[in-house]
Amino acid sequence: MHILINSIVIGLLFIGLIFFTGGTLGILRMPDFYTRLHPAGKLDTMGLMSFVFAFCIYNLEHLTWDSLIVSLKMLLIVFFVSLSSPTATHAIVDAGIRAGLKPWTKKNKEG
Amino acid sequence: MKKRVISFILTFLFMGILWITLSGKFEPLLLFLGLVSVIIVTLMSGNLLFSNPSNDYTITFFRFLGYLPWIIIQIIKANIHVLKIVFSPNMMEKIDPHIIVFTTRLKKDFSIVTMANSITLTPGTITVTANPDGKFRVHAIDRPCAEDLPGEMEERVAKVFGE
Repeated sequence: MHILINSIVIGLLFIGLIFFTGGTLGILRMPDFYTRLHPAGKLDTMGLMSFVFAFCIYNLEHLTWDSLIVSLKMLLIVFFVSLSSPTATHAIVDAGIRAGLKPWTKKNKEG
Repeated sequence: MKKRVISFILTFLFMGILWITLSGKFEPLLLFLGLVSVIIVTLMSGNLLFSNPSNDYTITFFRFLGYLPWIIIQIIKANIHVLKIVFSPNMMEKIDPHIIVFTTRLKKDFSIVTMANSITLTPGTITVTANPDGKFRVHAIDRPCAEDLPGEMEERVAKVFGE
């Protein structure tokens, strides 16, 4: 049981690490402001989700009332991040469009 | 009047559960302090959280819970798609950013907000603007991401909010 839980936790942490790496790499590789927001806003959320799920499972190994409460609080973090992250991304994109920044496209490489 | 009482009770229960989750202690002093704070908050903003409680509201809530697994699967699938793009050596050929405009038949504020946030959460697409009359402008990172919109997501959101 101990080994099973540990391997699930390690697997989730590894997946989260891949997503975080992808997010960072995406910010560096993408051509312009709008495309950079795609990996920044969402791959990070995904990485955070799998990290927090890993922490939750690790924390619930010794099932007590306290650990249950702590895990619930962690799930609240996931809930609020997945609510605020898309809203913030949308606000940034909206601000960029309103300020008149042209999106990069394949035809118009200046963008 | 009856509606106000129901929304008061719902807010009270919600705030109470939140207090117990966040504090996690059952000492009488802390519980008493929690009760006082919850009552104050409920009196101040009791009609804010559940403004119009009715049977529709509960049904919508449960249908929304049914919508969650589908959107989570979509998010995971789309995340893997963007991850592939980011890690591929010829990324510049694969991406094709463009803005698409489409009109949905959604009319309620809440369903438009849900739709906009769902679009932004599924990677490859970000909502630029969402009008109250259901017009969306979406920035998509490549063609396959944009082809899925509005499509199934609109159907499901419309079903959840009964439109």
